Amino acid sequence: MGSALAITIGVLFAVSIYLLLRRSLAKVIFGLMLFGQGVNLLIFSAGKMVRYRAPIIPPDATTPPAPYADPLPQALILTAIVIGFGILSFSVALIYRAYRSRGTDDLETEEETR
Amino acid sequence: MTLRPDILIALPLALPFATAALLILLRRWVRLQSAVSVLGAALLFADGIALTAAVERAGILTMQSGRWIAPFGITLVADRLAAIMVLVTGFVALMTTLYAVADIPERQTRAGMQPVIHLLVAGVCGAFLTGDLFNLFVWFEVMLMASFVLLALGARAGHLGGAVKYLVLNFLSSGLFLTALGLLYGKVGTLNMADMAVKLRGGDETRLALAAGSLLLISFAIKAGVFPLFSWLPASYHTAPIAVSALFAGLLTKVGVYALLRAYTLFFALDHGWFGPILLIASVLTMAVGVLGAAAQYEIRRILSWHIISQIGYMTLGIALFTQHALAATVFYVIHHIVVKTNLFFLSGAIEQSAGSDRLSRIGGLYRAYTLLAWLFFIPAFSLGGIPPLSGFFAKFALLRAGFEVGAYFALAVGLLVGALTLFSMTKIWAEVFWKEAPEEAPPPRRVAPLRLLPIACMALTTLAISLYPQPLLRYSEAAGAQLHDSSVYIRAVLGKEAAP
Repeated sequence: MGSALAITIGVLFAVSIYLLLRRSLAKVIFGLMLFGQGVNLLIFSAGKMVRYRAPIIPPDATTPPAPYADPLPQALILTAIVIGFGILSFSVALIYRAYRSRGTDDLETEEETR
Repeated sequence: MTLRPDILIALPLALPFATAALLILLRRWVRLQSAVSVLGAALLFADGIALTAAVERAGILTMQSGRWIAPFGITLVADRLAAIMVLVTGFVALMTTLYAVADIPERQTRAGMQPVIHLLVAGVCGAFLTGDLFNLFVWFEVMLMASFVLLALGARAGHLGGAVKYLVLNFLSSGLFLTALGLLYGKVGTLNMADMAVKLRGGDETRLALAAGSLLLISFAIKAGVFPLFSWLPASYHTAPIAVSALFAGLLTKVGVYALLRAYTLFFALDHGWFGPILLIASVLTMAVGVLGAAAQYEIRRILSWHIISQIGYMTLGIALFTQHALAATVFYVIHHIVVKTNLFFLSGAIEQSAGSDRLSRIGGLYRAYTLLAWLFFIPAFSLGGIPPLSGFFAKFALLRAGFEVGAYFALAVGLLVGALTLFSMTKIWAEVFWKEAPEEAPPPRRVAPLRLLPIACMALTTLAISLYPQPLLRYSEAAGAQLHDSSVYIRAVLGKEAAP
């Protein structure tokens, strides 16, 4: 399971960087999306892929019973997903506006006229 | 009136958010909105002064949010560096909101420029004050989102290409930051920066930590605009309204420099591993490439944008040298540069308003027509060039002296040469804008609105004050450098007495 996850993360990173290096703005958007997903999975894997108990403290104890799963990576990913979603939807809107005003989705045909 | 220290630390986050919320409610009343905006920024400035004074008096202040003790909760930490950065941010915010009243057209004000400026400031202050790595990421995103909106609202139609580059590269930088953060959390199981410092220092230099450190270096270098990762900066800064690009020029890249300072003094040691040499080489190249890029430009704001990059090189050079004096020089340099560079962008707007263009070939003769403007320009421009007795001279002098102590002669030689070229760029603007005869087709110079001249004059006076009486700021940054160099003080302040190594 761990190695499958590692390979998935690696493929996501590779594909997204390939897409980000393209000139077409549409591909850049897809690159950004996949990059975010790769990063989220990577944080997920930081919580270790194991079957532990939920970190809930029983009423008569002060610490959760010994092998418990780390809940923090999920919280981090949740935050990262929300932030990433906000920024991504903004970038889609901005890139669409840029595409409309320039008439091309090629980043390199730069408008130099004022 | 004295406030409790934890309130002093929380206010730089609460004030801009509250102001922004209020401003959105006041959207329909433009004048009232401007007044509230300036007032909010003034309160932030006042809090910055109080915070700096409190840190000077009592040492590092911390606030455990929600009473979750470190390293479990999010800790806000104000050491000397963070406090003075909040102070300068408040000052720049005050000046920018004043300038924005005259600069930003009513249509864009109604679209929400003023509240978004405050959201940006909230993000910047949060990044300075947080003691938690994931929280730093969140503040970066707050700042970035606000800057995206400001760029997109302000950009003229057909100039969105720069905004797109800015967005994509900064998104990538955040992604790399998050990747590094995930790797680090998997390795040490903590996000509190002080706790991370303790745990990374105890262990050996593992490959995973080295990889995370490299990713963080790239991510922060993109934000700071270090060679070769600066291309988003000259592409985007000149497209926004003057007030917005001045705010960006003053604060955004400096947040990157701050993050570098924090990370590589606290939990990654620069003196072993490859970070130090890489940062040194990158700094030298940043100085050189930035100033050469500026020499090829003939529009004032483009010249100034390239000079931001070149000056960032000096600041990161101080980090790369990694002695107490070098870190102190970097702190002094950052403060001096924020004031000077924001003012130069304001001035470029005033020149554009007066002469009707910001292309050097279309301007001229402003010295005769507008002597006051010429002198106001003289102070920050030649301070940037490092002419004694202006503040840039002391910044460069402190850095050079620190460099001599460790024998980094090549970097110093480049630094001196770049200083001379910076002076060339500034004299180029001076000669073209103020001394040259006005070109025939140029319209007669117009008066600049007093509301634009007020912040310019305030900032020029601040530069003069730092120049003529540099001792307090030099002493303060020397103490800040000492605090950065000996991270055990920071760690003890956050985690308690027994945690120090």
